[in-house]
Amino acid sequence: MIGTRVLAAGLVLCASVAHAADAPPRLVMAERLSWGPRGDEPAPTAGDPVAALAVPIDAPLPPAAAQAIAQMRISRQPMAQIVMDMTERRRAIAAMADPDAKAAADKQWQADMADLYREATTRAIVRALYSPAQLGEQLTWFWANHFSVHGQKREIRAMLGGWDDALRSHALGRFRDLLAATVTQPAMLQYLDNDQNAAGHINENYAREIMELHTLGVGSGYSQKDVQELARILTGVGLRLTPDAPRLPPDKAALYIRDGLFEFNPARHDFGDKVLLGQTIHGSGWGEVAQAIRILADAPATRAHVSRKLALFLLGHDPSPALVDAMGAEWQASDGTIVRVVAVVLRSDEFRASLGQGFKDPMHYVLSAVRYAYGGRVIRNADPILNWLRRMDEAPYGRETPDGWPLDAAAWTGPGQMETRFEIAKAIGNGSAGLFKAREPGGADEPAFPQLQNALWFAGFDRTIGAQTRAVLDRAVSSPQWNMLLLASPEFMRR
Amino acid sequence: MMLDRRTMLAGGVGLSLLGGRAIAAPAASGTRFLLVFLRGAYDAANVIAPTGNAFYHQARPTIALAAPDPANPQAALPLDADWSLHPALRDSMAPLWAARQIAFVPFVGTDDMSRSHFETQDTIEMGQPVQASRRYGSGFMGRLADVLGTDGKRAIAFSDTLPLIMRGGPMIPNLALGGNGKPPIDDAETAMIAAMYRGQRLGGIDLDAAVHAGFSARDTVWHTIEEDMRSSGRGAIAARGFEAAAQRIGLVMRDTYNLAFVDVGGWDTHVNQGGAQGQLAGRVGELGRGLAAYAAALGPEAWRQSVVVVLSEFGRTFRENGNRGTDHGHGSIYWVLGGGVAGGRMVGPQVRLAPETLNQGRDLPVLTDYRALIGGLWQRQYGLNKAQLATIFPGVAPARFDLI
Repeated sequence: MIGTRVLAAGLVLCASVAHAADAPPRLVMAERLSWGPRGDEPAPTAGDPVAALAVPIDAPLPPAAAQAIAQMRISRQPMAQIVMDMTERRRAIAAMADPDAKAAADKQWQADMADLYREATTRAIVRALYSPAQLGEQLTWFWANHFSVHGQKREIRAMLGGWDDALRSHALGRFRDLLAATVTQPAMLQYLDNDQNAAGHINENYAREIMELHTLGVGSGYSQKDVQELARILTGVGLRLTPDAPRLPPDKAALYIRDGLFEFNPARHDFGDKVLLGQTIHGSGWGEVAQAIRILADAPATRAHVSRKLALFLLGHDPSPALVDAMGAEWQASDGTIVRVVAVVLRSDEFRASLGQGFKDPMHYVLSAVRYAYGGRVIRNADPILNWLRRMDEAPYGRETPDGWPLDAAAWTGPGQMETRFEIAKAIGNGSAGLFKAREPGGADEPAFPQLQNALWFAGFDRTIGAQTRAVLDRAVSSPQWNMLLLASPEFMRR
Repeated sequence: MMLDRRTMLAGGVGLSLLGGRAIAAPAASGTRFLLVFLRGAYDAANVIAPTGNAFYHQARPTIALAAPDPANPQAALPLDADWSLHPALRDSMAPLWAARQIAFVPFVGTDDMSRSHFETQDTIEMGQPVQASRRYGSGFMGRLADVLGTDGKRAIAFSDTLPLIMRGGPMIPNLALGGNGKPPIDDAETAMIAAMYRGQRLGGIDLDAAVHAGFSARDTVWHTIEEDMRSSGRGAIAARGFEAAAQRIGLVMRDTYNLAFVDVGGWDTHVNQGGAQGQLAGRVGELGRGLAAYAAALGPEAWRQSVVVVLSEFGRTFRENGNRGTDHGHGSIYWVLGGGVAGGRMVGPQVRLAPETLNQGRDLPVLTDYRALIGGLWQRQYGLNKAQLATIFPGVAPARFDLI
C-alpha cells in the first residue's frame, strides 16, 4: 500500500516539476524534506516524504558532532542548576564593593551568558546539519519559531538549552503536550512576563500571546475578557531561581508545585472562578491551568490556525482551505498528533506541486549551503553561521516580537536582503570561513575548501542550473568566484 | 572562460549594465518624509507627560515624572500648562520645541482594540479599515510611493527586512545601516549576479528587480557615507545605535532618497520601566539624540522641507502595573517635527484625563485617527487630491491641523 502511494507520488512529481529546470525528483524532494541535500550524498535518501517523518528525532549523530555536543556545559549540567548558578553570581556581583573587581566579575558573567547562548544555538545548528532526522529537525525549528522567545531578554540565554530540549522532544508528538510543555518552561515564562503575573498584580502579556499566536489565532472570536480570564488562570505560574521553597500556610502548601525552576505558587494565584471561551473553570489551582490548556489545544480555531501555519511552512505558500480542512480532520482523528497532521500535507497534490517553487529563508539558505559544500564533514565552529544568520535578520532566538520569523517568501526577497545574501554567498564560496577553526585560543584551523563540483553536483545538481546561470558560471575567473556565483544563483535560492 | 575586470568594464559592465536601467543617483530636492516607528508601544504618557494633572501622579506612584521645577534636574520640562517633556530630551527635542519645529499629537492611534503589538503594528502599517477585509501585502507608505509616481521611486526602508508599511507599491529597497566597511562584492561580480537574475521571478515576486534595486541602494548609500567620511575627515561615526543610524539616514536623505522608514525597538516596558532615569529614559534619550542628528545631517535647507513623524502601535495603561511598568493600552502621542512644521504646540482634540475619561477605564482614549493625521499632513506636503488620498487611506477624512 505504501509502495503504490510512493510510486504515484513519484509520477505526479515528474510531471509537476518538469518546467522547473531538469531537477531530479529525489533532489527536489530532499531540498524540501531536509535542510538541503548533502554534497557527499549522490542520491539523497529522502525519497518518500512520509517516511522522512519516521526517523526518530533522537537518531544518533555522527561521532564528531555527538562529541562536540557532549562537551558543552549545557549537556553536562542541568539547565536549572546553570540558571541558579548564574543568578546567584549575579546577586553576588551586585553586592561587591570594589568597583574594579565588580566590573571584572560582571564582564565574566556576561561572557558566560554569551557562551550559554552560543552553546544552545550551536547545538541546534549542529543537529540541523547532521541529524538523520532532517524533517524532525525542521519541525523543531518550526515550533521554536511558533513559540518564539527572544534570547536577549533577562536570563533566557541560560535557559535555551532546556527550552530546545522540551520543544524537540514534543516536536512530532501531540500538540496539546507540546503546548503544555511550553507553559512550564522558564524561557517562555520569563519572555512573556508570566513570572510577574500574580493575583492583584495581573500581567496579561502571556495570556494574550497564547491565544493570539500559540493557539486560537487573531480574529478567531475570543474577547479581551477571555484574555483577562486566562491571565487570572495563569496567576502563580512562574519561576523560582533559588533551591529553597517558599513558606506557605498548610492549605496552600498542599497546592504548591515545583519542577526545576518552574513553580506554581498558590500564594500568588487568584482562586476565584473564571469563564474561558464560555466554559466555567472553578478556582482550584494548577488544575485550572491544565483545563485551560486542554480547552485551548482542542479548540477548532487552534486546529485551523496551527494547521494553516504548518502547511505554509511545508509548502512555502498559503495552503488551500481544503487542505487545512483535511489537516483539521486528521488532527481530530489523531487527537492532535503532529506527525499525522504533517503527513496529510506531505501526501497532498499541493505538496508535490510546490516542490522547487519555494524560496529558502536565511536559515535554510545557510544550512543548505554548508551541507552542500561540506557534506558530512562536521564543522568545528558555528560562529560564522550564527553571524550570517544575524546579518540576514534570522538569528536563532533573535526575533524580538513573539510572532516569530515570517514564513512567506516575500519577507525574504527584498532588495536589501538579496544583496546581503550575495555577500554571504561570497563568504561561503571563498574558503572555509572559519567553520573548521577550533574556538579555543590558538586552536588549529583545519584546512578546508568548499568543493561545490562534488558528488551531488555530478549526480544531478548540475541539471538544476539553467542556461542563463550556466553562461555566467562559465565566465568565472577563479574557483572561489565560481562558488560564489553558484551559491548566489537563483537556482540555489529555491527549494 | 577568463574575463578580467578591465575587459568587463570596457564592455560596459558596471552599474550601468544592470538590465540597461542605469541609475543616475537622483539629486534629491524638495519634500522629504521620514517615518519612525517605535515598535513595542512606547509609554507616551511618561515621555510627553500630563504632569499638570493630579490623577497622573496618583495613577503612577513610582514611575511618574516630577512636575516642572527649575531646581530639580530630574523634573519634566514644561510644554504647556498641562503637558511636560521627559528630561532625557532636554538637549535634543526641547530646543526644537522652543524653535517651534516640533508638535505633539496626543490621543492619537487606531481603532484596533486587539491590544496586540503585532496585530496593531500590522493595522498601522496597512492603513486599511480594521473591520473590512484587508490586503495584507499593501502598506500605506508603499501606496504613497505609488501615488507619487517618479518621486516615489526614491523611497527606502532602513531595516533588515522590508516592512509591511513599504510593500504593495513600487519595488522599494531596504538596507540596514550597520557596518562601516566597503561592500565586498565588486562591480564585475555585481554585473555577473545581475545577469543571472535577468527576468527571474518567483511567483508574483520580481527577483530581477529586487536584485537590481538592492545593488543600486547599496551603491548610493555607500557613496554618500564614503563622501561624508572623506569630507568631514572622520574615519567612522562615533555615535552608536539609533543615533548613528539616524545621522546616516540624514545624509542619504539629503542627497538621494526622499521617502523613508526606520523602526526602533525596545519599548515594551512591562517591568521596571523607570521614571526620569532608567529603561525608558535611556531609549527615549537615544531617540531624541538620533532625531537631532538626523536634522543636523540634513542641513538647514533640506530640514526646512522635511517632515518626520514618530509613531507607535498603541499607548500603555495609564496606571502603572504591579511591576513598576505599564501594560498594553490604546491611545498614544505622536511627534511631528521638521524645519517647516508649525510646532511648539500640542495638536488635535484633547480630553482632561480622569478615571471616567480613560478608554475602558485604563488607557488614553483615541480622539484622532492616525490616518487622518498623516493623511492631512501629506495632503498639504504633497498636494494630494481627494482620490489620491483615498487610495492611500481609504475611507478616512484628513485632519486639518495646519501642521505645515
